[in-house]
Amino acid sequence: MTDQTALLHVDNLSKSFGALRATDQVTLQVRPGETHAVIGPNGAGKTTLIGQLAGNLQPDSGHIRFAGEDITRLAAPARSRKGLARSFQITSVYRDFTALDNVALAVQAHTGSSFRFWRPARADRALREPARTILDDVGLGGRADVLAANLAHGEQRQLEIAMVLATKPRLMLLDEPMAGMGTDESQRMVRFLGALKGRHTMILVEHDMDAVFALADRISVLVYGRIVATGTPAEIRANPEVRSAYLGEDEED
Amino acid sequence: MPAHARTVTIAVVLAALAAVPPIAALLGQPFYLDLFRRIMIFAIAALSLNLILGYGGLVSFGHAAYLGIGGYAVGILAHHGIHDGFLQFGAAIVASAAIALVIGAISIRTSGVYFIMITLAFTQMLFYLGISLEEYGGDDGMRLAGRTQFAGLLDLRDPTPFYYFVLAVLAGFLYLVHRLVNSRFGMVLRATKSNEARTRAIGFSPYLYKLAAFVIAGAMCGVAGALFVNQTAYLTPAFMSWTRSGEIMFMVILGGMATLIGPVLGAAALLLLEDLLQSWTQHWQIILGPILVLVVLFAKRGLAGLLPGGGRE
Amino acid sequence: MNLVLFLEQTLNGLQLGVMLFLMAAGLTLVFGIMNLVNLAHGSLYMVGAYLSVALFKLTGSYLLAVPLALAGTLAVGMIVELVALRTLYERDHLDQVLATFGLILFFNELVAIIWGRAALYTTLPDWLSGQLELFAGVRYPTYRAAIIVVGLGVAALLWYVVTRTRLGMLIRAGASNRTMVAALGINIRLLYTVVFGFGAALAGLAGLMAGPIYTVQPGMGEDVLIEVFVVIVIGGIGSIRGALAGALIVGMVDTLGRAFLKPVLATIVSPTAAESAGPALASMLIYLLMAAVLAVRPAGLFPPRG
Repeated sequence: MTDQTALLHVDNLSKSFGALRATDQVTLQVRPGETHAVIGPNGAGKTTLIGQLAGNLQPDSGHIRFAGEDITRLAAPARSRKGLARSFQITSVYRDFTALDNVALAVQAHTGSSFRFWRPARADRALREPARTILDDVGLGGRADVLAANLAHGEQRQLEIAMVLATKPRLMLLDEPMAGMGTDESQRMVRFLGALKGRHTMILVEHDMDAVFALADRISVLVYGRIVATGTPAEIRANPEVRSAYLGEDEED
Repeated sequence: MPAHARTVTIAVVLAALAAVPPIAALLGQPFYLDLFRRIMIFAIAALSLNLILGYGGLVSFGHAAYLGIGGYAVGILAHHGIHDGFLQFGAAIVASAAIALVIGAISIRTSGVYFIMITLAFTQMLFYLGISLEEYGGDDGMRLAGRTQFAGLLDLRDPTPFYYFVLAVLAGFLYLVHRLVNSRFGMVLRATKSNEARTRAIGFSPYLYKLAAFVIAGAMCGVAGALFVNQTAYLTPAFMSWTRSGEIMFMVILGGMATLIGPVLGAAALLLLEDLLQSWTQHWQIILGPILVLVVLFAKRGLAGLLPGGGRE
Repeated sequence: MNLVLFLEQTLNGLQLGVMLFLMAAGLTLVFGIMNLVNLAHGSLYMVGAYLSVALFKLTGSYLLAVPLALAGTLAVGMIVELVALRTLYERDHLDQVLATFGLILFFNELVAIIWGRAALYTTLPDWLSGQLELFAGVRYPTYRAAIIVVGLGVAALLWYVVTRTRLGMLIRAGASNRTMVAALGINIRLLYTVVFGFGAALAGLAGLMAGPIYTVQPGMGEDVLIEVFVVIVIGGIGSIRGALAGALIVGMVDTLGRAFLKPVLATIVSPTAAESAGPALASMLIYLLMAAVLAVRPAGLFPPRG
């Protein structure tokens, strides 16, 4: 059954790499304000799915509708401009720019034209002030003038989130935001994401089960490219197929 | 503070360049005027390439094309009796920008090795075109029919006014590039070089920014070409030889990519080095070649990297 | 335009195409496997030409000069790989372009020091000069026919190696996934050296075949190299099949264009216009072709899969 109020409709999305079906008839909906987690064993095709949603990969068949509009053929930058923002599993920030420059660039992409050739961007209050605010929000306020390459790994993950927020997203695609973080950092990130719940719509790909069950309104389980179950955390925990395929395994990454 | 160090360095270099004509006159060596004017013209060419290569990450191996286009624009107009600088330089800029637009539109759709090979190929095409233009000297080239004149105020036949004109253009372009790379446009360009995937993810489509930079760089190099043909008083397809493209690229690397002063230092270093080697042996390229290899392998940050603050913006 | 002339030029186009293929195959292999842009590939071509001319003069025996020149070029290539190119494998393309550009300057000057800047001329042994009677009164220079035969033979050999041998399998695997091949425990260094050697030998072969019919002088490698770039871009970088297709297309278009564009133009526009525009357009033809191909297929006609 299709939910007509859904912000994101993924409709029978499929993608194969040669003989490997990385995405197999994936169908799911994400409602506005929902935090929807996508979990699955390694190799289940989670990053491939995110790639297709974000526009980095073209599906072989199927459709993606965002806010009522078919975006299946739309390129990644255009999707970002429509409010579909993604963070990367392997940190992808501007290493030779400061944290503030990083976020300001993300703000710039959604604030007026960038075909301005004269005024210094770093003096542009319309860019710097929102950037500073966002950095403060994610907890990097004191590190604004540090080069991204010199930030600690956990701080770089925070910077990834900050850049997503800076693009004024309607839907956030977060690909393992806690990847490589220690326990304390992870818990801080979970609290931060928890504070975003409701105000933002999120698709969260994660391995950290504590985080998933703490944050998710609904969970979709991806195994070998197929969605085997979608439901509330309680439903998923109780689902026998999911337990055997996934939760029964050691939570070792 | 890095910013002040940078400005001071540039001011010092420009002042030093401004001092060359009186010093050369004092020493009775007009050759130095000629040499440093040549250095400044190549500095302009290198500056334009640095915009797309150093800041934009576009490895364009065909940049000498615009040196040739600018030169031919002036040379052809002079041949037909038009010596007015505004018309000539205007034509050089328009022609270079237009051709850069066409070549860029095709090339920038590709990336990596394709881009390098394609830009080289297009420049070679223009080189062969130049050779086939029999009316304008063909393979041998031809003498410039008359130097550029600007509304009776400036005649590029006069060595010293010509020198200061080039210096003024260099200074002006340095300031222009400074504003460009720090503007919103420049930030997108630099971001694309730093991490293209990230740039697309936040919502920029890099193609138009790269193309705009390519056109601006082409136009700037066209101006260098217009100056160069006045410098040599001779027009030849060799302006567009691919070895010339390589030379300009080396000036950018030698001086330090993505720095303002780098191209100036690089042009000076390479041309002075060539001059020195040429005085030792006619086979100077056998020494220059390995030197260039060593620079690439061991001194990537270039001369600007030796300065306080590293010269970077 | 008569048929005999057309046939002759077609064969010339095939001959040029075959030589471009030898160069392109080496270059595209090296790029596909080692991700190395090697501008000095043209220098190896030049070395092959010079060595064959010099050795033929020295020994008087063509049959002796050819394998020696080939061996010599291979040796030079191996030395260059060992001394300069190894460090470039991990560097970015810009570094590779600049470093190999420096090598070009070095080799061009080296050759000028040893043999002078003037073009070198050589003769062919009797059994290779002269003409072959092909059919219906069509005659074609024996030497050029030999080039075509040798070139196609090498193409067939390459096809065999790449598709039927273990080495070829490694080459194809390496072209699509370098890290995987290394992870399988294959000696990557050795593979690289062998592949580079192949490339150097092919360039040397093209060079020694070019000696008698093209101008042998410093810088000869670069004119060919840029045409080879056009071949590879049209065919698809990293693909041998693309190199062959691209080479034959470029060889044909370039040769037939230079021979027939002016007369063809003269039928459309005035003879004087054709006189000036013809040669200019003919020299630009392969680049315009490249632009046209890129407009439709930015990755070339036969890009490697994977």
